[in-house]
Amino acid sequence: MATTMITTLERSSRAAARGLSDISIRNLFIIPTVLFLIVFNIFPLIYSLGYSFTDFRASTNAPANFVGLQNYRDLLNDPYVWSNFAITAKYVIISVAGQLLVGFGVAMLLNRDIPLKGLITTLLLLPMMLSMAVVGLFWKLLYDPSWGVINYALGLGNFEWLADPKMALYAVALTDIWMWSPFVMLLSLAGLSAVPKHLYEAAAIDRAGPFYTFFRITLPLVAPILMIAVIFRTMEAFKTFDLAYILTSQPTAELISIRLYKMAFQEWQTGRSCAMAYIVLIMVLAITNIYVKYLNKVKER
Amino acid sequence: MRKLVTSVLAGIGLTLACGTSVYAQEKSLTIFWAEWDPANYLQELGNEYEKETGVKITVETTPWSDFQTKAFTEFNAHGDAYDLVVGDSQWLGAGSTGGHYVDLTDFFKKHDLGNVMAPATVKYYAEYPGNSGKYWAIPLEGDAVGWSYRKDWFEDPKEKEAFRAKYGYDLDVPKDFKALRDIAEFFYRPDQKRYGIAIYTDNSYDAMAMGFENALFSYGGELGDYSTYKVDGHINSDKAVAALDAYKELYKFTPPGWAKSFFVEDNQAITENLAAMSMNFFAFFPSLINEASNPNAKNTGFFANPPGPNGDQFAALGGQGISVISYSKKQDEAMKFLEWFIKDETQKKWAALGGYTCSAAVLKSPEFQSATPYNKAFYETMFKVKDFWAVPEYAELLQQLNQRVYPYMIGGEGTAKQTLDALAADWNATFKKYGRVQ
Repeated sequence: MATTMITTLERSSRAAARGLSDISIRNLFIIPTVLFLIVFNIFPLIYSLGYSFTDFRASTNAPANFVGLQNYRDLLNDPYVWSNFAITAKYVIISVAGQLLVGFGVAMLLNRDIPLKGLITTLLLLPMMLSMAVVGLFWKLLYDPSWGVINYALGLGNFEWLADPKMALYAVALTDIWMWSPFVMLLSLAGLSAVPKHLYEAAAIDRAGPFYTFFRITLPLVAPILMIAVIFRTMEAFKTFDLAYILTSQPTAELISIRLYKMAFQEWQTGRSCAMAYIVLIMVLAITNIYVKYLNKVKER
Repeated sequence: MRKLVTSVLAGIGLTLACGTSVYAQEKSLTIFWAEWDPANYLQELGNEYEKETGVKITVETTPWSDFQTKAFTEFNAHGDAYDLVVGDSQWLGAGSTGGHYVDLTDFFKKHDLGNVMAPATVKYYAEYPGNSGKYWAIPLEGDAVGWSYRKDWFEDPKEKEAFRAKYGYDLDVPKDFKALRDIAEFFYRPDQKRYGIAIYTDNSYDAMAMGFENALFSYGGELGDYSTYKVDGHINSDKAVAALDAYKELYKFTPPGWAKSFFVEDNQAITENLAAMSMNFFAFFPSLINEASNPNAKNTGFFANPPGPNGDQFAALGGQGISVISYSKKQDEAMKFLEWFIKDETQKKWAALGGYTCSAAVLKSPEFQSATPYNKAFYETMFKVKDFWAVPEYAELLQQLNQRVYPYMIGGEGTAKQTLDALAADWNATFKKYGRVQ
């Protein structure tokens, strides 16, 4: 069965001449990857599940005691953890919605014949090629009330982007939008250029207005690829760490990953942080599942 | 394919060759510390040791922000990458009970270090648990929180006159916390882009705690009883509440955006003409008297943390002791280095290089005290310092303090009393969890 699934080797190829069969070549390529996955992903995943039911602390020699669901109970009863989740949800919604709006908007603008289109597109992609930590450090300087260029350019005086507890999360989301809108733009551009031109011609002949054309032709055809962008960005935004960690230390902008980091590597509550990681994992899986279901539905249409 | 195999083999060979070349030099020691000037001074001191004994000393560093994480990751993995570590004073509990540090009690007694080193440094950098007579580190870099200020602003006759008219006493180095507040208010002039004071507010590690402690201890407050772990009635006492209010009051006079500030920002406040006074660890003062890093070097003065309303005067302790890591394969060699390090002439050299020696004799010597504009303030401070909890779960206690105090300080949520009552409850629950209280 498996052999019929893969294309057979060309008889004249060098591999065939050396006596390698299709299966052995397949194994040669796949087994190292699978081993790598098991050793570095699956094994720690299962191992940490075990730890999540103990009071293990990596920083001491004390043996780990089995505590049952205690860690999960404590975490789900901790108001701080709930506030971290609420902050993360708010952040994900703002940042993904912003990226979708900006990214798709710019893609619409670029989806026509303009001079230097290639160059403009490439330049617009620059932010997402930078490292998250570098972006964080730069934006921290840009936001600075004393010498930051943002307040200077917008004439905001001493407006405190990061020191104001109410503003900090929006400031982080804004940076994330700046960095990742190009990603949405790139995917949208691919989607837009794949829309058959004859549909627009037909719409023009029928004297369809621009709004009608957009909502009835462009959006439905680009939707599946936009959904993929949303899935990627949601997962990434959910686990944002470096950007927020560098930009601000406001409790009102403490995302769940920052909380997890503190618990695991500053307080060394290894068992409890494993439990927390599992709670986050389940949440991400659930959200992704909803998206994937919706994506399949959109594709069927 | 053959090319690939050859290149891979060559790569492996090269790696092995490099690996063996490291081991080829038999006598070498690696010391792990955070990335800052004192680590460079220690490297220079290590070079002297190499000249004398042929043992190569390498001081390996990492930025402060992940010093704790990196060190404990290595300890927890029982790695022998480092032979010695210059660890933070709060790590003593985790380092000793976790089995990461070698017990130095015999070494300590043999060399009578309890009397050779300044008492506060022995108590906080070396001994754990408190008053147990067990020692885990040799005090290496003494440090505490002090203040720098703009002498030119303070000595301006016009300012002096205006200050006297407003507050009824002379503008000078603050004599107590009230004067500190008054001067901060006096120099707070947002329209001129000049501000009163720079304090610690960062809540990612111990910055906020160190800043608050400066007020707390001078107000006569305590974090808790270090022997019984009782916190209720200490951390939320009237004195502690007044201290937190006093510290929050200072936040009003800081430069804009001062909500995540630690040593870098506080030195910038002086170098960038932002603030009249700035709180910082003494270890960061050398760069303030260096004209290359501070254009106002000539006009920068220093003073010790002022007393509170009842005359108590204390400061938050920084600084580190050096410990031998129990997973090191070169412990004997490490002990020899420590024996050399505690000699009087080595301590003198250490101080001359820029290190803050903990040797009582050197600290008391007039040549040390007159060597820099801040050494005298440092000497005065080192005999009245107090520190944070050093129990293995200190990081949880720190996180709880940040969690409670930061929203009050920066966000203005609740009152000082509510904040500290809640903190006392958090700490009590944590101590209960680890079986320290009933």
